[in-house]
Amino acid sequence: MEPILAPESIDLVSIAPVLVLTVFAMGVMVLDLFAGKSKTLLAFVSIVGLLMTAISAFAKVGLPVFSFNDSYTVDHLSVCFILIFTLSSALAILISIDYNDRENIKAGEFYSLVLFCTVGMIVLASSTDLIMIFLGIEIVSICLYVLAGIRRNHLKSNEAALKYFLLGAFATGFLLYGMALMYGATGTTNLISIADLIKSDGVKSEPLLMIGAVLLLIGFGFKVASVPFHMWAPDVYQGAPSPVTAFMAVGPKAAALVAFFRVFAETLPEISFFWETLLVTISILTMFIGNLGAIMQTNIKRLLAYSSVSHVGYILMAVLVKNTLGSASLIFYMVTYAFMIFGVFAIIIMLGRKGDENLEIEGYSGLGFKHPVIALCMTVFMLSLGGLPPLAGFVAKFYIFNAALQEGFLMLVIIAVLNSAISLYYYLKVIVYMYMKEPVREFQLSITPITLFVVALAIIGTIQLGIFPDPILSLAQQ
Amino acid sequence: MGHQFVLIISATIFCIGTAGFLIRKNPLIMLMSVELMLNSVNFLLVGYSSFLKTLDGQIFALIIMTVAAAEVVVGLAIILTIFRTRHELNVDHINVLKG
Repeated sequence: MEPILAPESIDLVSIAPVLVLTVFAMGVMVLDLFAGKSKTLLAFVSIVGLLMTAISAFAKVGLPVFSFNDSYTVDHLSVCFILIFTLSSALAILISIDYNDRENIKAGEFYSLVLFCTVGMIVLASSTDLIMIFLGIEIVSICLYVLAGIRRNHLKSNEAALKYFLLGAFATGFLLYGMALMYGATGTTNLISIADLIKSDGVKSEPLLMIGAVLLLIGFGFKVASVPFHMWAPDVYQGAPSPVTAFMAVGPKAAALVAFFRVFAETLPEISFFWETLLVTISILTMFIGNLGAIMQTNIKRLLAYSSVSHVGYILMAVLVKNTLGSASLIFYMVTYAFMIFGVFAIIIMLGRKGDENLEIEGYSGLGFKHPVIALCMTVFMLSLGGLPPLAGFVAKFYIFNAALQEGFLMLVIIAVLNSAISLYYYLKVIVYMYMKEPVREFQLSITPITLFVVALAIIGTIQLGIFPDPILSLAQQ
Repeated sequence: MGHQFVLIISATIFCIGTAGFLIRKNPLIMLMSVELMLNSVNFLLVGYSSFLKTLDGQIFALIIMTVAAAEVVVGLAIILTIFRTRHELNVDHINVLKG
């Protein structure tokens, strides 16, 4: 047996973002002891930590760099995603400051958990080893179970946490069994070695490898909420506190998708003949069930949950593309999606007040007359989620569909465009309620400068990326 | 004892765990079923590790045990809070969220 870890492969600079953020997460936890009643200070310390993490993502030059026996990779994909994670976590923390005050969430560890969760996402996005992927997924998941149930006395929050926990743990079982079978078939857990082995010799037709890949598909399917493993998403999204829902819909999902991309598109392209059909089917089902499910919803958070399921359907096309075009479209889609989702949730949080979150879509009737600016912002986000030009959602979809077309997935793209049209129905429903119905209730908005800042940032991002996508696109394509 | 033996035993334990998770209605028992699934994975990993003469599998099994312990801690805490607010633990009755 050879030594497990060669000393020269221990490269601490390559994991600088993980180290920086871990230190800050622990620091926030300690600071909580001295912070007193108001936790706003912790939020700002967390944001400074995220900023430092984003900077430290550039610590390594000459990419790609492999360290820790090739189990940790710093490449273009991981650096881009570290930036997306820090952006989305910072936005989540910003929209939660006001919300936590209002809903009496006095737990300082909230911010610490968000940071730890981000550490997990960074590990997940940078790992090229099955063990590391498992570790990353578990760091993310365990933090999210707690975050979903952070309102301890709230029945819905409890239920969301329990459902998320049980199904998440169940999915982990499948994921691990798949990983164990893959290890059994190839004799290594390293993705790079597995890819080399598949390329060079005859493990291609090894049945264990294929069963392992299918089980991994199930495990990842749960984590990214693709059909038929999406059942937890609407309940958990509805029951979790709104900032946590927004956080869950962007960061952890993006991280799981990167790992998905790394395992299937980068490691197993040689045996794509059998998983490609499966993934195409999953992608189509995810789009249809997500969109049809969203049409029937009356609760805005459930609607967004189903809509996020359908967006996963589109994003899975990026995994099917299997090359740098796929990873570039994945990066661009997640950036625009982060802006849209945090914009929508910032508005949802503004529209609620203590003890009454105002989550029914009917409650939005007449918003366009009472508060035209906020209604306009909501309209922009909804149209962008639906994929109308000239907004960011359109460019992101166009880019991903174009990439899939170039790889010859004509039918899939046609179905995706059709689904995009279906999705407009429920996004427009919200707009119709805001502008064409009489108000059914009083609006008592809780507008704070920080939440307004998030909405403004999201609006700028959504419009900017829609009209001038080139800077980010060329960055993603590098 | 060959590869098949390890594979069959672990697959059997895994299926028992899966069935337990799907059939039982008490979250505690469901959690135990998940642990059974994880143990079947550990068994498989250690078995393969000894056949393949590489240590990766055993390291993986150790990490799975550690992580599973952390997961159980969080899970039990969640189940406890649910029990405090509802005074019962049947997953069929925990259905405020639906639609």
